[in-house]
Amino acid sequence: MKRYVVCQTHELPPGTRRIVDIDGRSIGVFNVDGEYYALRNTCPHQGAALCTGSLLGEVRSPCPGEYRYDGSRKLLQCPWHGWEFDLTTGQSWFDPARTRVRPYDVTVESGRSIAAGREGVVPGPYVAETLPVTVDDDYIVVTP
Amino acid sequence: MSSDHHHGGPLIDCDVHLPTPTVDQLGPYLSEHWREYIATAGFKGSMAVTSTHPPGARSSGHERLDGGFAEAMRNVRRHCLGESESARAVVSAHYGVETMGPPDFSTALSRAVNDWMLTACRDTDERLLASINVPPQYPDLAAEEIDRLAGDDRVVQVFVPARTSKPYGNRIYYPLLAAAERNGLPLGIHFGGMSWNPPTGVGWPSYYIEEYVGMAHVMQAQLSSLVFEGAFQRFPRLRVTVLEGGWTWLPSLMWRLDKEWKGIRREVPWVEEPPSTYLRRHVKLSIQPIDAPPDGPEVMTTIDQIGSDDVLMYASDFPHEHLSDPLALLDRLAPETASKVAYGNAAACYGVPSAPEPQESVR
Repeated sequence: MKRYVVCQTHELPPGTRRIVDIDGRSIGVFNVDGEYYALRNTCPHQGAALCTGSLLGEVRSPCPGEYRYDGSRKLLQCPWHGWEFDLTTGQSWFDPARTRVRPYDVTVESGRSIAAGREGVVPGPYVAETLPVTVDDDYIVVTP
Repeated sequence: MSSDHHHGGPLIDCDVHLPTPTVDQLGPYLSEHWREYIATAGFKGSMAVTSTHPPGARSSGHERLDGGFAEAMRNVRRHCLGESESARAVVSAHYGVETMGPPDFSTALSRAVNDWMLTACRDTDERLLASINVPPQYPDLAAEEIDRLAGDDRVVQVFVPARTSKPYGNRIYYPLLAAAERNGLPLGIHFGGMSWNPPTGVGWPSYYIEEYVGMAHVMQAQLSSLVFEGAFQRFPRLRVTVLEGGWTWLPSLMWRLDKEWKGIRREVPWVEEPPSTYLRRHVKLSIQPIDAPPDGPEVMTTIDQIGSDDVLMYASDFPHEHLSDPLALLDRLAPETASKVAYGNAAACYGVPSAPEPQESVR
């Protein structure tokens, strides 16, 4: 399975995101408080660029007037119609079983391991020609 | 009751109107203080009743009530109950108390009309059940009236008019909704009323027909309010009936509410399930009027789209006349569905014991 180097870790600080093209697919890569996430940048509803939407906490309520806000759960809200998707699983809030967007594994790899030519790692299209992989840095790697 | 319909089982007629009691008829049910108040104020009865069903309008059917109280009650028995012991009719006597400013007068009239109505039921036929008036503009007083009468076995529903100053999901109505829930009585939202708002969402119409047909929109606004304001989350055992408001609009309403909820639900996070789920679970609708050709395929498609056999209830809407025959619709339904619409759904809603299966005649 191919894995793609997206950027150096310092290029995607907490609270930022980056839309990358990996093997013809648009994918959003997020850093939320040091945790990395990646989702297909296509809303399953009508194809909007989902990963350009707002990142929101979860709001639930047992009855009118009571709000239970959970900022630790992150929901990505589609910019077109407001559908919410769990950043971790890609599942929609309203129909998690059937309406979902593809999540991808994101890892941080050292340049040393990448340079050592670990099998399957492609210093991938986005950075391969502009950013030499150096052994002393860490890189964000997406596995589609 | 038509004699030529094929659905042979018993009926619960969930929308039957008694003649509006005169001020004199209410006298015995009012205190001396309120009788004097009525006499000195020149009060002749609520305008809301004649406003929503003008006596001369084709739909009003007033000739079936014109022969005086005794004749009207005979007509109720003949048209709505027939011979079956299992038959039931849920009667109401809308008095327009929602129009009245003075809270205590509004409440006194509600009580008087209810006591008059329960006496009329008792004296006429034990198969008559009652939908009681409350002053919805004063939810605390409405709750007191519900608590006062809920112990009477004939009382099966709280009658409120479709037209309001604020829709029924609003939190100002919590005392009313709570009382309906704790007493196990559905909130019966019925055509009409004369709140201080226009009868349409876009202002005052010029003609009666605009108001008359526009009530379908008012009903949808009420259901939308009850769902999105979270009334069914706050009062999980609350049940609502839509009476004389049509029902063929239900599939499109459910679709629209579900569709928009997917993206706008954060504003109303207590709505944790698709709105149509709450509607199917908590709401029933009377089948008269039928806003579709009763003999065409459209009406069957609409029933399929509702997605539940449990939500429609038979009603004649006596004495009002519509151009569609609800019994003819029952004849077109599959037997199990017809039986639910004719009897079972209303029996569940109003706490009527299930009817025995119709007996084959033995010769």
